[in-house]
Amino acid sequence: MITVGVDSGNKNTKAVVLKDGKVIGKSLILTGFDANESATKAYELALKDAGVTAADVAAVASTGVGRVEVKFAKDNVTEVGSAARGAKFLMPNVNTVIDLGAEEGRAIKLNPDGKIADFAVNEKCAAGAGSFVESMSRALQTTVEEMGPLSMKYSKEVPMNAQCVVFAESEVVSLIHQQTAKEDIARAVHDGISNRVSSMVRRVGMVDDLGLIGGPARNIGLVQSLKDDLAKDITVPEDPDYVSALGAAIYATEIA
Amino acid sequence: MIANYGYKDGSGEFYISIDTDKCTTCSEKGCLESCPGQIFEMMVDDWDDEVAAVKASERNKIKMTCAACKPTTGRPELLPCQAACKPRGITHSW
Amino acid sequence: MSENQQKEYWRWKEYNWKNPEIPDWKGGLVTAGVDVGSTSSQAVICVDGQLYAYASMRTGSDSPSSALNAINWAMEGTGLTLQDINFTVGTGYGRVNVPFANKAVTEIACHARGANFMYGPSVRTLLDMGGQDCKAIHCDDKGKVTSFLMNDKCAAGTGRGMEVFANLLAVSIEDVGDMSFNVETEPDPVSSTCVVFAKTEATGLLRAGWSKEKVLAAYCSAMASRVVSLLERNGMELDFAITGGIAKNPGVVKRIEKLLGVQALTPKYDTQIAGALGGALFAKALVEKSAKVAK
Repeated sequence: MITVGVDSGNKNTKAVVLKDGKVIGKSLILTGFDANESATKAYELALKDAGVTAADVAAVASTGVGRVEVKFAKDNVTEVGSAARGAKFLMPNVNTVIDLGAEEGRAIKLNPDGKIADFAVNEKCAAGAGSFVESMSRALQTTVEEMGPLSMKYSKEVPMNAQCVVFAESEVVSLIHQQTAKEDIARAVHDGISNRVSSMVRRVGMVDDLGLIGGPARNIGLVQSLKDDLAKDITVPEDPDYVSALGAAIYATEIA
Repeated sequence: MIANYGYKDGSGEFYISIDTDKCTTCSEKGCLESCPGQIFEMMVDDWDDEVAAVKASERNKIKMTCAACKPTTGRPELLPCQAACKPRGITHSW
Repeated sequence: MSENQQKEYWRWKEYNWKNPEIPDWKGGLVTAGVDVGSTSSQAVICVDGQLYAYASMRTGSDSPSSALNAINWAMEGTGLTLQDINFTVGTGYGRVNVPFANKAVTEIACHARGANFMYGPSVRTLLDMGGQDCKAIHCDDKGKVTSFLMNDKCAAGTGRGMEVFANLLAVSIEDVGDMSFNVETEPDPVSSTCVVFAKTEATGLLRAGWSKEKVLAAYCSAMASRVVSLLERNGMELDFAITGGIAKNPGVVKRIEKLLGVQALTPKYDTQIAGALGGALFAKALVEKSAKVAK
């Protein structure tokens, strides 16, 4: 059976094609003004990548912030539901999932059978989401991709007090003026967001095996800061940005 | 004086209110030791009274620091700081 | 940087003022208050508890020199030197960095004191919206604080948040208020609180064909409802007054008044000096107190 999951995010739209428990195609594009249009495009690209046609697909399920706008989906599943399914599929041992998006973050505690036991969400404040790092990378006049490697080379801990993207931008600029090394500022940025993310993890009650999914999980500097803050190892799957789309594809097998 | 320390941001309102008039009658200062996050301190206010306050460095992250005492399920009726405050001068907005 | 940002739309004017009704300070008790804020700094000089001179300017890169610049500018043309000032209180965000101050007092206490002078003893509720914070203060008829609430964690509901919008729309901050009333019908407030998300939302609204005026109306109204919730948490009682930079923005002020169903008191002086004025009055009280102790 072939199913497709479409994750309509604030920043990117992702699609994953699943065939009998194996990922055979995927795609990632920027979310445009029209969520349904972006979803359609991502869907078509993923089908092409998998070498199948729409006629081969048993069911499509959507997730993400724009999930209800994806008109061609048979059903939709919440972000928590898709993250839990995708994470459990890729990392069977994981019992606490941290899901970071561009504009949101959430921590999900799973029961041994993979069902959701508890979750905490941070939305509506950019300081606890991926866009925080992106804004800070602009203030540092570098790219978001460079933030991780820079941060890994830090030598000194510098405090960052601002808990708001707008105020943190000014703080980064003044740190640059004080000749603070870019590497140290990058680390401070990641420590700052880690602090906010780990408090969510503590609220749901930390279990032993942590997994991190979502686009920001590609940032090795952020992963390191989170590991240090929680004093735990964290598993990151190979393609962290596709996990929720994969979770939606798994959900689609349940409704097909 | 009711001193509200904390903030409101997109995710909600997070304020710890301290009735500092009650601090002047309190000798235990239970708030200082009871908080696992050690967010309280004593200070001399602008009218020369010694009162409890949330440390300046903690005011903008109490949602995070207090998270440890506020699990999503099974929150106690009185938080550790509230239970330790003999004159019952501490309230949380969330 | 885009071309729009070359002109700094968000800067307030700097100025100084001297009270023409007080010809000379000699022989009087000269006290000063210096409020070093995150965005602007004010210095106020009082003679025998009467407002004598003040100055308001941008806070520079370091607090000590900003404080000195402000007091020097306030003293300009008065013949005063620092030695002539009997007692100086430092307040505001940089209050511990006022090198010539005799004492530091929190901005909460100073604002209440200053407002009590500016608006009279009937004022109970104060809203101070500064460049990087927002304060709600409840005080008694002596200007003593009975409750306060402060928010300097989040840029929404601060002058900085408004500056981000002024820059985004390339509108001078002084025009924001008037422009925001230039709409046929009042739009719904911007739904995101977070400035970053509100900016994204506004960009979408502009793309959907909204005028700058309509976007400003939606943002001013979002800011007003946010502030009202803080006022209600802290306790809202008449008379009510608004101080700080945002008090100069009728787009926010009138919407706050509408939501609360009350009128804010009209200031006699520039509301931005409330903190520094309170500092100068605190200074006078402290001098008198120590004189009593000495006797």
